[in-house]
Amino acid sequence: MIPSIPQSPFLRDVYRTYVALFFIYLAAPLVVVSIFAFNDALFPSPPWEGFTLDWFFGQTEPRQGLFYDRSLLNAAMVSLLVAISVTILSVAVGTSNAFLFERENFRFKNFAYVLMLTPLVVPGIILGISILVMSSGIANSVDDAIGIEIEALRPGLVLVVLGQFSFIATITTLVISARLRKFDVSLEEAALNLGATRWVAVRTVTLPYLTPAMLGAGIVAFLMSFENFNTTLMLVGSDAPLTIALFDRLKEGSTPVLNAISLMLMVASALLALIMIALQRERRD
Amino acid sequence: MNRRFGFYLLLAPLVVWLGALIIIPHIDLFLTSLSVKVRPRVYEIGLDNYSAFFGEPLYWNTFARTALMSVSATALTLIIGFPIAYYIAKLAQGRFRATLFVLCLLPFWVSELVRTFGWMILLRETGVVSSALQWLGLTSGPIEFLYNDAAIMVGLVYTSMLFMVVPLVTTLDSLDNSYIEAGYDLGGNSFAVLREIVIPHAKPGIVSGCIIVFMLSLGNYLTPILLGGKDSLWFTQQIYAQFITRFNWEQGSAFGFLLLILSSLIVWGGLKLTGQTLSKTVGQG
Repeated sequence: MIPSIPQSPFLRDVYRTYVALFFIYLAAPLVVVSIFAFNDALFPSPPWEGFTLDWFFGQTEPRQGLFYDRSLLNAAMVSLLVAISVTILSVAVGTSNAFLFERENFRFKNFAYVLMLTPLVVPGIILGISILVMSSGIANSVDDAIGIEIEALRPGLVLVVLGQFSFIATITTLVISARLRKFDVSLEEAALNLGATRWVAVRTVTLPYLTPAMLGAGIVAFLMSFENFNTTLMLVGSDAPLTIALFDRLKEGSTPVLNAISLMLMVASALLALIMIALQRERRD
Repeated sequence: MNRRFGFYLLLAPLVVWLGALIIIPHIDLFLTSLSVKVRPRVYEIGLDNYSAFFGEPLYWNTFARTALMSVSATALTLIIGFPIAYYIAKLAQGRFRATLFVLCLLPFWVSELVRTFGWMILLRETGVVSSALQWLGLTSGPIEFLYNDAAIMVGLVYTSMLFMVVPLVTTLDSLDNSYIEAGYDLGGNSFAVLREIVIPHAKPGIVSGCIIVFMLSLGNYLTPILLGGKDSLWFTQQIYAQFITRFNWEQGSAFGFLLLILSSLIVWGGLKLTGQTLSKTVGQG
């Protein structure tokens, strides 16, 4: 079934209908979430009661809009803080790893590479509990031995950042390595011949070449952190990031303010996705 | 000397990351799963936590159910996604093709929580589908589509689709159309061409897609809880309950380790069965 082989029109139409239905299936949940952000009713479900912007700008209960909902805004700030930390850490470590795997040769390199990939095939909830068990173990031992309570090792934002970083670093490593692999080493050698030190050559020639990949990896890391649920769930303390806060509201059954914030998240993700696509275009030219 | 120093500088982040956040926590998880509480703060080594798992039908039933449902979700995702990937890779052309591919990716830039929320609005008793059916006169009263296994399936397949379609499109794209033409020229019908040429060529993509989808379904927490309701019986819920609700970390660690073993076995088996390696499948994804 390829364009150059004739095909019965009936089968072709069936196939096209299937593809169309598939894309309706993909779009349906996102579309209804967006539509009901504007429904003038206390519960995000039909019937349609008319258009309102209350779920964005409403000031008082029960019609408190997203921009006046302190707890949701706080949760968004927590997510932002976590995502920025995870992004910086993962891009830094990812870049270092890329140089290690693309430029160096050492014993156990293949083993180290496979080990580097494993966080992607460990379920997120297990990454979460294993880090929880280890850090609490350390905190307890320190507390028993010298009587000092290390707050950072108890469930909280530090552990959330470490937990998310533990698997996002693999993704940034892969993205940045792929770009470094295509780099023409003779450019760096030219810089060395012209009298640059190794570090200066890397900083002025190689790193600028890697920048699009580092930005791309950073955007992916940011989004994965912002949207992470499983690992975060096991490591969260009293400050809940947005996904956890939304989950709690969702279980209780909430007003369409959830739709409003979901719509904002979609718009933000779409913008980041567009930046990503633009970056990839630039890379191809 | 300088070169050696640079090498260790690059090695250090990798060692700290994998050592402190992946290897040691998993060893700790394993050790914790082997410790049995004798009195408060006094532990012995034993297999009690594992025998508790096999002794309590609820536990291993949930485990088996989670595994079976994940296998079904993987199979469904493959069956639904394959024609779409084929359409994008082989039949759609130019701009249309690029648009379809991006449309496939876009929903997955949106948080899993938002997507699941969308399905709740669609499927619940007062939801869009039920209302539409009543409006069309197909049913007399509201129907609850939520809180059953089918709803979990819909959500799991939806959540996993990207991870199946992208590797499939990549491998199908690399299949030269002339092989397909040759298949037809030699007298094969569409089914024979599919079985003898397309599927064998797409095998790496099928395997890496299935591995990721299975792992994600197995470790999913949001979808079963929100779409399957309180009695959805997903194994990650048991882990969460042991850790957070009952504060029985030893039991929870044993559960976590069992889930990790199952997940790793399936990944390893899938790779062995098709002669692939982790570096080849995940490393390039």
